[in-house]
Amino acid sequence: MTTPTTSRSEDAEQVADDVPVVRERPDRSRWARGPLPVLLAVVIFLAVWQVVVWTGWRPQYLLPGPVAVIGELGQLATQPLFWQALARTLLRALVGFALAVGIGTIIGLAAARSALLRAAIGSLVTGLQTMPSVVWFPLAILLLGLGEQAILFVVILGAAPSIANGVLSGVDHVPPAYFRLGKVLGAEGWRLYRFIVIPAALPAYVSGLNQGWAFAWRSLMAGELLVVIPGAVALGNRLAFAQEFGDATGLLAYMLVILVIGMLADLGFSALSRNLRRRRGLAVR
Amino acid sequence: MSAPTLAPAVPEARGRLRLTGIGKTFGGERDRVVALEGVDLDIRPGEFVAVVGGSGCGKSTMLAVAAGLEQPTSGTVTAAGGVALMFQESNLLPWLTAAQNVELALRLRGVDKVERREKARELLGRVKLARHADKRPHELSGGMRQRVALARVLAQEAAIVLMDEPFGALDAMTRDQMHDLIESLWLESGFTVVLVTHNVREAVRLADRSILMGSRPGRVIHTQPNDLPRPRLMDQGPVVAMAADLTRRLREEVADHDDADYFTI
Repeated sequence: MTTPTTSRSEDAEQVADDVPVVRERPDRSRWARGPLPVLLAVVIFLAVWQVVVWTGWRPQYLLPGPVAVIGELGQLATQPLFWQALARTLLRALVGFALAVGIGTIIGLAAARSALLRAAIGSLVTGLQTMPSVVWFPLAILLLGLGEQAILFVVILGAAPSIANGVLSGVDHVPPAYFRLGKVLGAEGWRLYRFIVIPAALPAYVSGLNQGWAFAWRSLMAGELLVVIPGAVALGNRLAFAQEFGDATGLLAYMLVILVIGMLADLGFSALSRNLRRRRGLAVR
Repeated sequence: MSAPTLAPAVPEARGRLRLTGIGKTFGGERDRVVALEGVDLDIRPGEFVAVVGGSGCGKSTMLAVAAGLEQPTSGTVTAAGGVALMFQESNLLPWLTAAQNVELALRLRGVDKVERREKARELLGRVKLARHADKRPHELSGGMRQRVALARVLAQEAAIVLMDEPFGALDAMTRDQMHDLIESLWLESGFTVVLVTHNVREAVRLADRSILMGSRPGRVIHTQPNDLPRPRLMDQGPVVAMAADLTRRLREEVADHDDADYFTI
């Protein structure tokens, strides 16, 4: 950050002109944006869990405490099965999300550019977004069989509408002044999008991606519970498996893994979005 | 804050701007608003013209029509040699640095990468912002942002520069510096300037000719040639006197409407 005095020497004519806008918050809130609050929340969560276990509400073989579960997690980490499950789930998530990003972005851009298309599919997209994706599974299994394709299909259906909506709301909120600027500078058609509209819509797009990821992840977990492919281990069906065998400790260990992946993804998207906003001088939450 | 070595005359004339019988109406059958009616302007190449009027007199609409941002309902616009527009707010793109904002104008004109990098720095130097080339708009003050916008206008190398109240949001001191800067760039480069302002003294300070506009419908009510010697100052006797005269004329016009709009001297 520059101080107002650095530019004073540049030319003696500048006087009142060189006071940059104050944009950093005071240090007091700096810690609030670091990893500390997350750690604190995790500690509180574990503590509450432990207290519930200590009350003896349920016997420990049904509700083990955090120490036992984390121990079990350490145990799991030594088994190839765990890593296979994790790898398969992450691969499904990434492939499904990537396809959803491609499809959602294309649909969003098309709808943003065409009033007709937008009127036609606008509320459909919102409708799809509010529809619980688990509803799609019976149809997906019927159409595509009990396999990877059914899972991917639902993951994409879950995530793409949010991403398309992110594109749409981003384009909608491009200030009219930028369009005027584009016209004055001679940016038309694709170049208007390339240089002005897309970068201006980026923060909203990232929010759409974040939301899309959340839907993709939920759809995937639902899918892995419902669509059990013989021989294909994944986090979701390890949950179902643990439940069937009454392995509460293993069940909670896998739940913990799912929770942590969700939190890490959220931290990643938040950092991306914060970085974008900071670079533009927008208020950072 | 003086510019002592101003050339006495415009070195080279480049762009002529002509508006003939411009009319502009907004709205439909019931809520029709006549923003402009029968506006004729003939601006010489290299001339500095100020368009003054209260808010709502259609002066910004006229500028938008001249810039090609709005289609006139009637009449024709001829602009020889390209038109650049400086906005009320700087309208810099917040994701780009000062230099990149200037470079974008060059890029959209097809200037190649190496050249535009160099050129953008040079233009920022001309508006005395060379040291702030890598800052983003939010790191700059209002006056600095307007100077980046000015560098971007220069990058367009248009023969005609339209300015839509570009100093309205600046403090008096900064505005004075911008006046000096724009005047010296104009004298150096010889482009045509049309400055829209509600500040009568600013018009007299800068322009070869002040055009007063009245409202409902927006039209030209008076043209005031101004050959006071340059450089002028906002608080010089002759500037103040001419501004007072123009203000009186605007007041007379505004008095016809009971919901009178504002303008300042």
